[in-house]
This record gives sequence, C-alpha cells and structure tokens, in this order.
Amino acid sequence: MTVQSPRPSWRRWRPDQQWEGYLFILPSLIGFFVFIILAVLFSLGISFSDWGLTGFRSWVGLENYHALFRDPIFWRALRNTGFYLITIVPSQLALGMAMALALNQSLRGQGFYRLVYFMPVVTTIVAGAIVFRLLFSTHGPVNGLIEGLAALFGLGVEMPNWLGSTRYAKWAVVFLTLWKNTGFTMVIYLAALQGVPHELYDAAHTDGANAWQRFRHVTLPMISPTTFFLFVFQAIGAFQLFTEPFVMTQGGPANASLSVVQYIYLAAFRDIRMDKASAMAWFLFIFIFIFTLIQNRMQRNWVYYEASE
Amino acid sequence: MSAIVPTASQSLTTQGRLGRALLHMALLAGAVLMIAPFVVMVVVSLIPQQAFLARDFSPAQYSLRNFVETFRVVPFGRYYFNSTVVSISVTVGQILISSLAAFAFARLRFRGRDTLFLLYLATLMIPFPVTLIPNFLIIRQLGWYDSYPALIVPGFFSVFSTFLLRQYYRGLPMELDEAARMDGASSLRIWWQIILPLSGPVLAALSIFVFQAAWNDFLWPLVVTTSADMRTIPVGLNSFVGQYSTAWGLLMAGSVIALLPVLLIYLLAQRWFVEGITLSGIGGR
Repeated sequence: MTVQSPRPSWRRWRPDQQWEGYLFILPSLIGFFVFIILAVLFSLGISFSDWGLTGFRSWVGLENYHALFRDPIFWRALRNTGFYLITIVPSQLALGMAMALALNQSLRGQGFYRLVYFMPVVTTIVAGAIVFRLLFSTHGPVNGLIEGLAALFGLGVEMPNWLGSTRYAKWAVVFLTLWKNTGFTMVIYLAALQGVPHELYDAAHTDGANAWQRFRHVTLPMISPTTFFLFVFQAIGAFQLFTEPFVMTQGGPANASLSVVQYIYLAAFRDIRMDKASAMAWFLFIFIFIFTLIQNRMQRNWVYYEASE
Repeated sequence: MSAIVPTASQSLTTQGRLGRALLHMALLAGAVLMIAPFVVMVVVSLIPQQAFLARDFSPAQYSLRNFVETFRVVPFGRYYFNSTVVSISVTVGQILISSLAAFAFARLRFRGRDTLFLLYLATLMIPFPVTLIPNFLIIRQLGWYDSYPALIVPGFFSVFSTFLLRQYYRGLPMELDEAARMDGASSLRIWWQIILPLSGPVLAALSIFVFQAAWNDFLWPLVVTTSADMRTIPVGLNSFVGQYSTAWGLLMAGSVIALLPVLLIYLLAQRWFVEGITLSGIGGR
C-alpha cells in the first residue's frame, strides 16, 4: 500500500544526508516518542499495576483485567457499544450511498443539497447534542410531530421520554450520530462514484442491463473498496463513541446508553482509577484490532480490486 | 451518470420526469431533516423563556435577549479566544512539523528511514483512548495541566498528517531536488522553496481539516483543563449545559454562538472543507 519498491537510486543511502534526515524528522520524532511510544508503554504498565490518586503502588499482573470481567457496568457499556456499532454503521453506509447515488448526476439544486447534507459534519458535536436533547425531550419537536401526524390519521400514540428511557435513550444517540456523520460517508462515496468509468455503464447499457442490474453489477463492485474502507473506518469510530452519549444522555438512564470510552473517561477522571481505565482501553484496543483483522480477511470475498484482476 | 436513474437522453419521457420528481422529493425531505436541527436551534434561541414555556413561537416574540444573557453569564469571548489560539497554533505547528518529517521520509536517503516510517504507520492502529490517560499524566508531570501548552503541544504531532504529506511528496519528480542540489541548494531550501510551493492544494485541504478537527475537539481539552479561563468552545458549551440544563433559550443561543464562525467559514470555503475531509478519508485508505 505505502512502501512501494522505489527506483534503485532512491534506495541507496546518501552519506551527506544521514544526519540531515534525522534533523528534519527530529521535531516530529520527539513528539512521536513522548506522546505515542512512551504513552503506549506507560499505558500498558499502568494497566498491570495498582495505580490510584498518588500514582504507582504495586504491580498486580492481570488483576485489573480480571476485575473488568466481574464488572457488570463494563459489560453494559460493551453491549451498548455493540448496539451502536450494529445500528449506526450499516445505516450510515446505506444512507450515505443513497445520497451519493442521487447526487452523482446533473441535477438542479445539486450544490444546495451537498451543502446542506455536509453541514452537520463541520458542526461542533456538543452543539448538535444540545439541540438533539431538545428535539428528543418528552414534549419536544420529534414527539410533537409524530403525535400530530398520528392524530391526523385518528391514531393516538404514546411517545416515550427518549432520554429518560432505558430502552430508547440509545436510539436518540444513534439518530444524533447519523445526522452528524452521514454527510461524511456521502462525500467519500461521491468521490468513489466519480471514479467509475463511463464506458462500463455504456457497455452494460448496450448489453441490455436495466438500472438495477447496472447498479448491482457495475456500481456496487466498483465502489466496494470504498465500502470496505468506510465500513472499517466507521466501525472504529463507533467503537470509540464518546461525545454523543456524554453530552446528550450522560450515559444514562442507569447506564443504558453508556459507551466504553465514556466508561473509560469516568473511571479515569471521576473515580481516579487510572489502572482500571487503562485496562479497559487495552481491552478495547485488542477488540478493535481483532475486528479489523477479521474484516481484512473477509474483504477478499466481496471487495473488488481492479488492479489485482 | 449514476446507474439507478435514467440517462439524460431519457429524461424527457414521462417515466423519466416522474423519476426526477420522486428523486427531488426524497432529496428535499433529506435536506429538511438535515437542516431542521439548525432551524430549531435558531428559532428557540430567539424565544424568551416565558414564551417558550407557553409554546408561543410567533415571530412577535423574537428578541436577542437570550444572546445578551448568554454573553453575560458565560465568558464566550474568552472561549472564542482560546479556541482560536489553540486551533491556529495546532494547525500551523502540525503542518510544519509533519511537512518537515514527510519531506525527509519521502526525499532524503538516510539509514533507518524505512524502518522508522513503518513504526510510524504501525501506530496509526492505536485508538485514542489508549494514549489518553498516559498523555494526561505526562502533561501533568510537565506542569502543563490547565494551560495553553497542554491544549496545543500534543496536537503538533500527527502520524496521519505526516503519512498523507509523505505520500504526496513521493509523487513529485525527484529531478527537482537533483537540479536544485546541482545549483548548490540545501535540503532546507529545497523543502521551503520547491516542495512547499508545489503542495499548495494539499496543504490547504489538510490545513482546513486539521483546523476544524482542533476547533471541534472535545475529549482532550475536557481532560486537560479545569478553569473557565482555559476552556475551548466545545468544553465551555458543555459546562454551560451542566448549569442551565433546561434553559433552552440560553442553551440554543450558546450553540448558535459556538457554531457561527465554523459555519460561516464553511459557507465561504465549502469546496476546501469538502476536499480536506475527502482527502482525509481517501488518504486513510
């Protein structure tokens, strides 16, 4: 992907550039070693120790990890995060792809639609979360609209207090995330669609393929590398969901919408249990790593790479 | 031309027209859904609390009282200042440092270069929560807790930006450097006078991306600041929620104030925003 085999002359080291190369990298390298390499090792160390308010107390081996498995709130947070993953990622891909397909043609008002669909992406998520708190409040606009529509058809519906409900609070978080991020998916898909050669559609058309067949057998395989990228990218984002539940529901009620990263934050900075929080962070890391590895293996079955054919 | 809609030559048929109309209706419905939260935000920000409680949203009620009150109870001026200083510093610092490193990784030949670059790439996998806690402890150890360096310095270092720029620099013809060296130019001069001017578009797109990410960042500033004087806009806005959880007029006024600058820049420089974020997506593939 990134380390191609360069021309031989580029490979050879130049004696006069030995120290110079390191001088150019030095500022970056210092930060890299302090804030990434040192931090990762430090974090691993903390996760194997008893680390409280005063810092290091003793090594405890895997005790922090064992404690996690006995912590019902951690399991709750893990289940919630799984819920976010399976609700947010597929709907975001489907909606983003639909929007991109609709906008990938000459259409009046195209510029306006792109502008509007992308607007939430640049929005400060805290402000978005505040508005969604109002939108999903018991007597808020969402409930009002649905009840009003139902009344038109002579139906009486009882809408929930979304944010106060252990069942629906998670859904409010899902809607906020979809509103915020679908524009991003759309823009990436649009870029991919513009890369599909016209000749393929012309050829399919000549062969008598209808619109659905052209989509199914030309568009979908041609943009499958993008689908794969977006799937992994959005899944990693969903694993690390924090601000949306933090501002909108504070993880409540009764931890019903608590995400793993939010629980890491609370453990570290509210309960001052850096050791437990670090163990959770590593657990999440391993989880994401395995997930990505599996996806990488599975992509062979459905991702089409032109160059490799 | 997309595959699920008729081609231009067909668009005059009845079926084509019907399809177009349905497509426009769907797109419009989507636009309404996307824009509704902004409309609610602005309308409620203009409605005084009594009128809001009485559910009276008539334009006769509109006033800027919530904005005046918000500025009175929340130091938004200070938050703005902090966010501006932090975002601009992070953007300039990160682009310069990443660009220097990317230049060396792409165009200088020194021992250990490729190994080091692989090590850089390997760390792209590490999720943010893993480094959050140790970095907080490191910042506290450096005596930077609740200060500008805490908000700015860690933002200088980005493996992702380095990677992105390195890919771009690798694509520029190597003959440029060789010719300049023949004329006696130093590496620093080649970077500054040849490579940087040639990477204008990628630098602009990346800068916008870094800037908006820094401006909207929430978790890190939340963790390393405690005083109101050091809060950035998202953190300040969040603490405001804690104090006025149901004063919707004030909360919406605060949200409008927080969003206005980014949305204005977005409306003016939409193309660069979209390009910056697309670049980040495609570069990460």
